[in-house]
Amino acid sequence: MLPEIGQFSLILSLFFALSLALVPLIGYWARNRLLLEMAQPLTLIMSTLVLVSFVILSVAFITDDFSVLYVSQNSNSQLPIWYKFSAVWGGHEGSLLLWVFILSGWCSAVALKVRTLPENVGPVVLAVLGIVSTGFLSFLIFTSSPFVRLLPDIPMDGGDLNPLLQDFGLIVHPPVLYMGYVGFSVAFAFAVTALITGNLNASWARWARPWTACSWAFLTLGITLGSWWAYYELGWGGWWFWDPVENASFMPWLAGTALLHSLAVTEKRGVFKSWTVLLAIFTFSLSLLGAFLVRSGVLTSVHSFAADPTRGIFILVLLIVLVGGSLLLYAIRAAQVKSSVSFGLTGREAWLLLNNILLTVLTLTVLLGTLYPLIFDALDLGKISVGAPYFNSVFTPVALLLIVFMGIGPLSKWHNTPLSVIVGPCLLSMVLSGLLATVLVLWCGFGLLAWVSFTVVFWVVCLSFFDWFSKVSAGSKGIIPRARQLPRNYYGMLLAHLGIVVTLVGIVLVSINSHEAMLRLSPGDSASIAGYEFHFDRLEQIKGPNYVADRAQFTVFKAGDPDPVAVLRPEKRMFTTRQQVMTEAALDAGFTRDLYLSLGEKLDGAAWGVRIYVKSFVRWIWLGGIMMMLGGLLAALDKRYQRRAEE
Amino acid sequence: MHPVRKKRLFVIVAIVIILSAAIGLILYALQQNINLFYSPSQIVMGDAPHDINIRAGGMVVKGSVKRHSETLAVTFDVTDFQHSVTISYRGILPDLFREGQGIVAQGKLDQNGVFQANQVLAKHDEKYMPPEVSEALRNAQKTTDRKINTEQSTH
Repeated sequence: MLPEIGQFSLILSLFFALSLALVPLIGYWARNRLLLEMAQPLTLIMSTLVLVSFVILSVAFITDDFSVLYVSQNSNSQLPIWYKFSAVWGGHEGSLLLWVFILSGWCSAVALKVRTLPENVGPVVLAVLGIVSTGFLSFLIFTSSPFVRLLPDIPMDGGDLNPLLQDFGLIVHPPVLYMGYVGFSVAFAFAVTALITGNLNASWARWARPWTACSWAFLTLGITLGSWWAYYELGWGGWWFWDPVENASFMPWLAGTALLHSLAVTEKRGVFKSWTVLLAIFTFSLSLLGAFLVRSGVLTSVHSFAADPTRGIFILVLLIVLVGGSLLLYAIRAAQVKSSVSFGLTGREAWLLLNNILLTVLTLTVLLGTLYPLIFDALDLGKISVGAPYFNSVFTPVALLLIVFMGIGPLSKWHNTPLSVIVGPCLLSMVLSGLLATVLVLWCGFGLLAWVSFTVVFWVVCLSFFDWFSKVSAGSKGIIPRARQLPRNYYGMLLAHLGIVVTLVGIVLVSINSHEAMLRLSPGDSASIAGYEFHFDRLEQIKGPNYVADRAQFTVFKAGDPDPVAVLRPEKRMFTTRQQVMTEAALDAGFTRDLYLSLGEKLDGAAWGVRIYVKSFVRWIWLGGIMMMLGGLLAALDKRYQRRAEE
Repeated sequence: MHPVRKKRLFVIVAIVIILSAAIGLILYALQQNINLFYSPSQIVMGDAPHDINIRAGGMVVKGSVKRHSETLAVTFDVTDFQHSVTISYRGILPDLFREGQGIVAQGKLDQNGVFQANQVLAKHDEKYMPPEVSEALRNAQKTTDRKINTEQSTH
């Protein structure tokens, strides 16, 4: 009975989403206040209904209701309870329900804040979100309902969750990532509302900013978690593979980063108005494109869901309608927008313009690399894949250039920057960072690439400090009271920029200073890598809740030190339901290095193929991601937005 | 020219130059870094280039996996049920690698017609077949059908 209620509740929520898409818009054009005020209750009812469906599906998983097809495909009575819950988003249908659930969450958040917007703006924003919700709800209901029943032949047990997904990383990664993806639909809704109402002044940028910063923070954390999960779960020790699906999440992040910066210019100075609107539309489109790439199976990827052409076509149509519609609206309206303000070539506007150009180039780089196999195939030129060397060679120089400018940008002033403000700190930082990098590189014996990267790193750190110091030392008050007065927005920016640099340090060191070996080892053997001695103690069979495993024990010594550094127990698991083999790597995580060990295959005799890595500073990659996320949240929580909202 | 217009023109020209340079570089880098996929039949027919990075794939032939007794070197054959190619690899094979499974390998074809792989990919879901492999199998299937048809019609 419950699954039917879940399905019914979804259908009902589609009805409310459709009303939400239409009623406030009719109210807007008919100037009917009553219809406009319907927007908030309609949103809340729609969201509640989606919540009901989501809870019902979760209950079906937790109570092992295998009469539901989706549950029987993705769960098993032996599965630990927390994985039963996370199995809700372990397949296509449920993850789409999660997507819709999070979308409705964002809609209600906007609905609850709707009073802080002018009375004819808020309802239109909700109506645009209603259109987006209608699209995704119909996608869910018509092509991928998670509530389809297997009656009357109810299976005795389920087919189990894919072992790769039976992991803490999968419990948290998809919801956080979707919070980011879907959050950009709010920025999109504000942009489209600005186009509909013709109010393309600075105010829409001010309303959209905290929402954009918040979803950007979630997307950052989601990507970081995904990278961390891939690192320890896939057993290859890589943290980024330029896989199409990773790219699908990275493109909205790049575009979203550009959007954050151009929203700042539009709000503060009223320039780049039409560009910012366009960027909001593009960011959202890239989120949709990501959904299309993952769910249609057009690209080969480790993440692909089983391919179903009708789903691909549905989401492509959705993409074309939403993006095409908003671009059409843009084409009609953008001509009316005129920027009356001009700016100098040294002003902060120009620096942020440069930021936007470079981020756009980076997005294009990833976009072309990701779609190139599709284009190639469509032109019948053959099946190709674009490898990591392409992305590394094109992406890296542009990204480094962007980070160089990231150091200078914050120092600049709106409109025009007096040269004296920039030149002094830049010269000083250049000398200082060059010196520090030279010392470091000579001391560690690194090459040219490391020197360039570390110069950039020190450059940003120095300039950020100069900027902060010049802000707190101005005026007659003491440094600490001044430091407290600086807005959260500013500290958010500082934290996010330093996060980029921390990630860069991690990336550089992990790629130039790591050691790896693939060896054939039997119990009793030892191997020596990068000053560490790995001793293969023994191998044993163990039994988990839904798997059996071979577990090896390695003791690691530092050369010349009798006390062990770590004991590592990598496993090779055989999941009994699916008869699927999984590698469970063993890690000894550290601030400056990770020891990473995973079992390959069992070879003849007692020998095993063993992968051993010593990864330098790999944690810094994710530490930087967390700093960026906190920076984004800090910016979203700036007091300014709350104050303006109350006025 | 009016100074504001001049400045605007300057900005637009700068943007156009940067973007076209970027797109040019991107396309150039793409040309250098694409890996074409070849089926075992294409490789045996001599359609695939030697000593260039390409991808090859098919079903792993049952009983063809041979491991070296001292090192991690391994050879196996992949087939599209028309022809098969020997792949040589040194390292650890992925968890889902097994006989009868569809795989894709990346590497170079040497002068003896052996594919020297530097990477072997098997997918993370046992139901999943790499699209290149399934298409190669379909194509091979078609030629077989055609052959059977022509043989039947000649008889």
